[in-house]
Amino acid sequence: MRRAILEAKNLCVAFNGVKAADGASIAIHDGEFLAIIGPNGSGKTTLLNICTGYIRPVSGSVLLDGNDITRLSPRAIARRGVARAFQIPQLFSAQRVIDNMMLALAAKDGLWSAIRPLETAQRRDEAMALLELVGLDGDAERISSTLPEGHRKLLDIAVALALKPRLLLLDEPTSGVSALERFPLMEALMSALRQRRITALFVEHDMDVVARYASRVLVWNAGNIMAEGRPDEVFGNAQVRERVVGVA
Amino acid sequence: MRIILTAAAVLTLAVLPAAAPWLQFVLTLAIAKGFAALGVAVLLRAGLISIGHAMFFAASAYGVAFLAHAGINDLGLLLLLSVLVAALTGAIAGAFLVRYRAIFFAMLNLAVSMVFYALCAKLYGVTGGTDGMPVPIPAVFGIIFAEPVFKSVLFYLSLALMVLVGLAVQRYLDSPLGHALSAVHTNEIRLEYLGIPVWAVLLIAYVISAALAGLGGAISAFAIGRVVPDFAFWTASGHLVLIAVLGGIGGVPGAFIGALFLELLHSAAVTVTDAWNLIVGMTLIIVIMFMPQGIYGLFARKEASSP
Repeated sequence: MRRAILEAKNLCVAFNGVKAADGASIAIHDGEFLAIIGPNGSGKTTLLNICTGYIRPVSGSVLLDGNDITRLSPRAIARRGVARAFQIPQLFSAQRVIDNMMLALAAKDGLWSAIRPLETAQRRDEAMALLELVGLDGDAERISSTLPEGHRKLLDIAVALALKPRLLLLDEPTSGVSALERFPLMEALMSALRQRRITALFVEHDMDVVARYASRVLVWNAGNIMAEGRPDEVFGNAQVRERVVGVA
Repeated sequence: MRIILTAAAVLTLAVLPAAAPWLQFVLTLAIAKGFAALGVAVLLRAGLISIGHAMFFAASAYGVAFLAHAGINDLGLLLLLSVLVAALTGAIAGAFLVRYRAIFFAMLNLAVSMVFYALCAKLYGVTGGTDGMPVPIPAVFGIIFAEPVFKSVLFYLSLALMVLVGLAVQRYLDSPLGHALSAVHTNEIRLEYLGIPVWAVLLIAYVISAALAGLGGAISAFAIGRVVPDFAFWTASGHLVLIAVLGGIGGVPGAFIGALFLELLHSAAVTVTDAWNLIVGMTLIIVIMFMPQGIYGLFARKEASSP
């Protein structure tokens, strides 16, 4: 078994009495592409929020490389190599697409230079390479708020990749992306993850995407793990088919 | 094109006092207020409106007066030290204020500045109360000039500083820190997830903006020859916000354009009627209604549309 990069142990969190995590534990191992599926409102995004320090669990702990990060801020966790792409894209909407990318690159390697410009030839090349990867190289000079929703989603993923993370958490990477663009995006994303040796955890509703790309699937239901295993094993589970896949 | 326009504008400002000597004082004050408005405009980029920046303007002006009374008599040293006073005041106030946003940030800035104003007005034995403190004419590189010559030196020094400090601020705004500052306005969550400490980005901006206001205050102290508590009054802070919005926050020149426009408009209006506020107010309404990006936005748009 590969070593666990991220472990969440005995997590408990509830909102207005509804349990989003009820003593559940998960682990994501080096090199994995772990998919989390489950009905709407089952607590999948909450799990990502806990793992990235946005929400603190009532009890339980989150370990990154064996170190407790439960009480750390999103900023501190990001600096430890965990990046996140959001279900609703989180962009700097008044800035150009290329500026969104270059600011992410600068955050990784030199934000504190108040003298050197954000835009350097090297940083621009690096940003353009990532934009090309997600098919947004033609939109580099556009103000990001003018992009269609699907492209905003792609930019959000590219921004997360620009942080050169060891672990990438993706919240519904293909939602809002057109059916035609969905699989090319996933192919490009998978290629980038493999090339850069990035481990990934993704929450997804598209079962075709999960079946094709996940190395392991975890079924989250009412704050607990209903099933776990290879995609073929999980989708072969009658209870999962009935209660999750049918409604996912 | 932008460089040619800027050079032409600076050159015009430099020769104007030769044609109309009374303009020298007006332009010096306009540049001083331009620095302070630039400080306000820096924070506006992050969506933060300070209605208290006259405090830093006044802190630096009082700094000049106190340091001069303590025996420091060199223009350069007084400018430097008084700007440091403003920056230090900004660091102390900013450490507390940058945690707040929107109306809370604006109101807390106002509250802190009014406490400062009250101290300046009431501590008669220290600050001279509402009478203020005189600012003697300092030496320039060891030479003490007669007042008219000193005022000319101060004007051309202010003009040179406007160019140099303006370039430095533009450099800062173009840097990753400057872009992070603008990003605060649109998405703090993403900044945190990029590993960028928003409070530090804002504190640095706050200190820079306080230092800019301080530079304006120091120049005003030398130009007027006296500092009074009214420098810190809330209407002075509101005036700086007005200049920043009027000039436009799209670029560094906006603050100076706004200050020059307002000072010249004021000077012209008072010669026409006692109700000069009416003319100034009407003009401002027209500018703000038809130029939402400020006067500088008009130039920037023309430049962007030119082939």
